[in-house]
Amino acid sequence: MVDFSLWDIFRNLLLALRWTVGLSLIAFIGGGVVGLLLLMLRLSKLPGATVFVSCYVQLFQGVPLLVQLFLAYYGLGLFGINTSPWVAAGMGLTLYASAFLTEIWRGSVESIPRGQWEASQSLALNFAEQLRYIILPQAFKISVAPTVGFLVQVIKGTALASVIGFMELTKVGKTIANATFSPFLVFSCVALMYFVLCYPVSLYAKSLERKLHAHR
Amino acid sequence: MPIVDIRALRKSYGSNEVLKGIDLQVEPGEVIAIIGKSGSGKSTLLRCINGLEEFQSGELTVDGKPLLHKNAAAMRALRQRVGMIFQGFNLFPHLTVGKNIMLAPSLVKAKDTASGEAHARALLERVGLAEKFDAFADQLSGGQQQRVAIARALAMEPAVLLCDEITSALDPELVGEVLRVVETLAQEGMTLLMVTHEMNFARRVSNRVIFMHQGRVHEMGPPAELFGNPQTPELQQFLKSLND
Repeated sequence: MVDFSLWDIFRNLLLALRWTVGLSLIAFIGGGVVGLLLLMLRLSKLPGATVFVSCYVQLFQGVPLLVQLFLAYYGLGLFGINTSPWVAAGMGLTLYASAFLTEIWRGSVESIPRGQWEASQSLALNFAEQLRYIILPQAFKISVAPTVGFLVQVIKGTALASVIGFMELTKVGKTIANATFSPFLVFSCVALMYFVLCYPVSLYAKSLERKLHAHR
Repeated sequence: MPIVDIRALRKSYGSNEVLKGIDLQVEPGEVIAIIGKSGSGKSTLLRCINGLEEFQSGELTVDGKPLLHKNAAAMRALRQRVGMIFQGFNLFPHLTVGKNIMLAPSLVKAKDTASGEAHARALLERVGLAEKFDAFADQLSGGQQQRVAIARALAMEPAVLLCDEITSALDPELVGEVLRVVETLAQEGMTLLMVTHEMNFARRVSNRVIFMHQGRVHEMGPPAELFGNPQTPELQQFLKSLND
């Protein structure tokens, strides 16, 4: 058995934390971009767009993230595409995050009173200008808290990428636990790191919410 | 040539026909009050004129140009000629009063910031709110918000202004300040179409009163005639119910 000091455990976990953060960022940026495109598609009222987006949302909200990751990893392999865990996890999490984000944002947009659309329309603004200057700035304020709240879910969700061999925090934790035979200690450290990552995000959401509501 | 020309306009929501063939010609500078019971179609008629509602048949032209719902460029041109003020003010709560007024001219008319601001300040002065340029809507009373909404509509320099029950959401003591602004506009020659429940105001300010009943123009004429000598039993009944 190799001897691991507490510092060795910590150091290795900290190194793995980078990949958790990286994967979270990919999921959030990818999910944000795709989610925004889906939101635009839905708001555009193009024929079939509403049905398409709601099917998309139902599909990715209705299947466990774990299963989505398996499908992304093994499914792409079936089509002869050689997937690395990075690609599969990034793609799976992007699809998952986009479905939730587009729903959160749609709800925020729909909570803006109809009078705001009508007033801006009466002032001859076109659809893009209405969104850009009237609707989205107001919807943004409403969506900050649930969006950042969901970001915490995404960070924790990256732990599931460990099952497809992605060497992030949880996977590395498991490996170290196997080597040291002290799983409780190792996973306590893992838990601490997730908490240290997520807690400031929650705090930030709260302060952002306060700031945005101060001068509305 | 009439500035607003409406012919055989029909509008339904599903199987419920709310406008059953409206004919109305509005001359430039005319002030028209539209009265009638709720559900008579008066607000719907007003909302058809700037395309907030689509109608199924008939013709509607503003400045001789037909209203085409499917044509975004035509609608954008039309809405620059037709301003609208709403019952619920509908100010943009995330923008200051000044930005509320300047936004549309800068986007739609590509007005530069300096001349836009000067214009906005002049308009605020005109509605008696010069000092509120940097305020937000939620810092204003209802009457003040509605006056800002009027200034915002005027900033687009419309030829026609539609007023949809603009004092109905106000506390009684705030109604006067809004009506005074509208009266000034009327005196300055603005073409106004207003749906209103303020009969004294309609009688004093308008050139023509339209009584709508069940989706039709039921009776129409100068205010003195319409209020003084109503011809149809429906209008007599309506006016009587107001005095009860």
